[in-house]
Amino acid sequence: MTGERQLFKGAEAIAEAAIRAGCRHFFGYPITPQNEIPEYMAKRMPEVGGTYLQAESELASIHMVFGGASTGARVMTSSSSPGLSLMAEGASYLVGAELPAVIVNIMRGGPGLGDIAPAQGDWAMMTRGWGHGDKRYLVLCPSTVQEAVELMAQAFDLAEKYRNPVVLLGDGLLGQMMEPVVFPEAIAVPDPPGWAARGKPKDRRRVIIRSLYLDPAQLETHVDGLFAKFAAMERDEPRAESWCCQDRPPVVVCAFGTVARIARTAIAQARAEGLPVGLWRPITAWPFAAPSLREVARHANRLLCIEMSKGQLVDDVRAVLGPDHAVAFWGRAGGVVPTVEDMLAQIRAQFAQA
Amino acid sequence: MTEAVAFARTPVLTDSYMHYCPGCTHGTAHRLVAEVIDELGIQDRTVGVSPVGCAVLAYNYIDVDFLEAAHGRAPAAATGLRRTLPADRYVFAYQGDGDLASIGMAEILHAANRGEKITVVFINNAIYGMTGGQMAPTTLPGMRTTTSPQGRDSADSGHPIRVCELLDTLVAPVFLARGTLSSAKGVLKAKKLLRRAFELQHQGFTLVELLSTCPTGWGLTPGDSLAWLDRNMTPFFPIRTFREPGAMPPQADPYRPDLRVRDDGPTDEPEE
Ligand SMILES: Cc1ncc(C[n+]2csc(CCOP(=O)(O)OP(=O)(O)O)c2C)c(N)n1
Ligand code: SF4
Repeated sequence: MTGERQLFKGAEAIAEAAIRAGCRHFFGYPITPQNEIPEYMAKRMPEVGGTYLQAESELASIHMVFGGASTGARVMTSSSSPGLSLMAEGASYLVGAELPAVIVNIMRGGPGLGDIAPAQGDWAMMTRGWGHGDKRYLVLCPSTVQEAVELMAQAFDLAEKYRNPVVLLGDGLLGQMMEPVVFPEAIAVPDPPGWAARGKPKDRRRVIIRSLYLDPAQLETHVDGLFAKFAAMERDEPRAESWCCQDRPPVVVCAFGTVARIARTAIAQARAEGLPVGLWRPITAWPFAAPSLREVARHANRLLCIEMSKGQLVDDVRAVLGPDHAVAFWGRAGGVVPTVEDMLAQIRAQFAQA
Repeated sequence: MTEAVAFARTPVLTDSYMHYCPGCTHGTAHRLVAEVIDELGIQDRTVGVSPVGCAVLAYNYIDVDFLEAAHGRAPAAATGLRRTLPADRYVFAYQGDGDLASIGMAEILHAANRGEKITVVFINNAIYGMTGGQMAPTTLPGMRTTTSPQGRDSADSGHPIRVCELLDTLVAPVFLARGTLSSAKGVLKAKKLLRRAFELQHQGFTLVELLSTCPTGWGLTPGDSLAWLDRNMTPFFPIRTFREPGAMPPQADPYRPDLRVRDDGPTDEPEE
C-alpha cells in the first residue's frame, strides 16, 4: 500500500497516518466534524493489535491519553473545538508532567456550541498556551490532506523529542475533503523510553510522573526547564511556506490551513489579472515563523490576513511586523467559508489602496 | 542474642515521614496497600495513580512507579495505564471522596462500567480534607463543615452518596466492598479486602471503600474521631462486601448480533 496514491478522506488519512507512525492507542469522544477519525480508528485499531477506546467525555479521553503517555506508548486523541475546551485541563497536566502525546483539533464554528461548519477560531487558544499555567505547544497546521499525513507522521517524533504534546490543527474542510495521498512507510511501534512508568524493576529508581511542585522555587526551576524546551522549539521548529514570492510582490496574503489553499486559487487569478501578489502560510502556528514572515515583508509593504475567524493570526503578524507595515484583515466567522471571488475582491482592494 | 522485631517498616513503604495530620487514617491505608503489594510480590509490576487531595503525595510513601492525576481523573489515567501496559501489570488508583464522588463521578462510573482491570482504593472521610474541611458529596446530613456551617441540609445540597451501592448497580465490577479503618479489627479486615481486590484485579474492576478519619477537618481529637466515625458514618455507610465474582451481579445483557442496525461495520463473514 505504501508509495501508491490512494484516494482518502482527510480525517481518515490523518487516522491512518497515525497508525503508520506507530500509534496503537486512541482515546476519544464523538464530535462533528471529526467523527471519521474515531470511526476509522474503531475499525482499524483491532486489525493492527491496537486499542480504540471511546471515553465518556473529552475530559476522560485526555486523561486516558495522560495515563497511556506515562507508559511511553504512542497515544493520541482527536476532537473539535468544544472538546478542546474540555481537554484544556489534561493538556496542561501533560505539559506539566512532560508527557508526549498527539492531539488533533478539527476546528468548527464557535463560540459556545456554535455550528459544525469549518472555522479557524481556535488559533489563539492553541498558540497562547491552551489551558492553565505558563506553557506552549507545538501546533502544526496542514493545508492539504497530503500535508496532514506528513505532519502526522512527524507529530509523534516531535512530541517525544520535546516530551510535550503536539497539536495538529485543521478545520472541518480538511477533515471532509477527499484527496489522493501517498502515505509514508509504516514504522514499527517504538520501544518504550526509559522514563516511562511501567513498574519498577529492582535495578532502577522508580518513576513518578507529576506536575506538583509545592515549593515555589522548585516549581520555577521546573517551569524554567519547560521554557528551555520551548526556546529550543522556537529556534528549531518554526515552519512556513512562501508561495509566489520570488518576484518580490508588494502585496502578500497571510493565511493558514484550508484558507491558504483557497487563497492560492485567488492569487493565481489575481496574477492572471496582472496583480503581483504572494502567499505566506504558517505551517507551525506555534512556534511562529517570524523570520520567514520578515523575509517576505522586506518586499511586501501590504499584508492581507485572511482567516475563518474575526482575526487571530493577524495579531501574530502585526506583533512581528510592527507599525511599519500595513497589515489588513478580512475574514468570515461562524463557519462561513470565504470564496475565491471574495478573496479576489480583497486582493484588488489592497492594490487600489497601494 | 536474637532481637525480636515487633513492628517493621513494610519494604514497599519508603522511609519518608508522612505529612498526614495526627490521627489521620490515610497513613494506615497507605501501609495496608504497601503490605498487600509486598505480600503479592508485585512491587516491580505495579503502577499507582495518586489523586488530588491530601493523598496527592502518596508516591512519596508507597514505593512503586506512580502518576499524579488531575482532580477526579485518576480512573481515566488508570484506564490509560491499563490499556497500554502489559497484561501482567497491576494498576491502582487511590482517591478521596471529593475526588472520586464529586468532580470525578463520571470517570469512576465509566471506568467501573467498562470493567477496567484496576483496583480503586477509595478513602471516604466525609469531607474535603486538603482544601480545609468543606462539604463533600459524602458529608452526612446535619454535619457541619466550613461550607455547610449550619450543618448539611440535604434538601438543599443533596444527600450523601453511597458509592459502593451506586457502583453495585453496574454489570461489570467484580469486587466492591466497604471497610473501616476505625479499629484494629477493621484495619485487619480492610487489608483482606484490599488483598482480595488486587488478587481479582486482572478479572475486572475492583474497588475498596475505606471509611476514614479526618480529625483536622472534623475538628475532633484522633480518639474522638474514631468513635465519631463508628457512631455516625458506619450506620450510614454499612460495612459489607457488595460484589464478589459470581455473587449475583445484575443480569448481564446478552450479546445480540441481530441488533446490528447498520451494515457498513465489520462483519464476521469473510470478504468476497
Ligand atoms: C480542578 C480542581 N478543582 C478544585 C481543586 C481543589 N481541591 C484540591 S483537593 C480538593 C478536595 C479533596 O477532597 P477529597 O477528595 O475528599 O480528599 P481528602 O483531601 O479529604 O483526602 C479540592 C476541591 C483542584 N485541585 N482542582
Ligand atoms: S486534613 Fe484530614 S484527610 Fe488531610 S491529612 Fe489532615 S486529617 Fe488527613
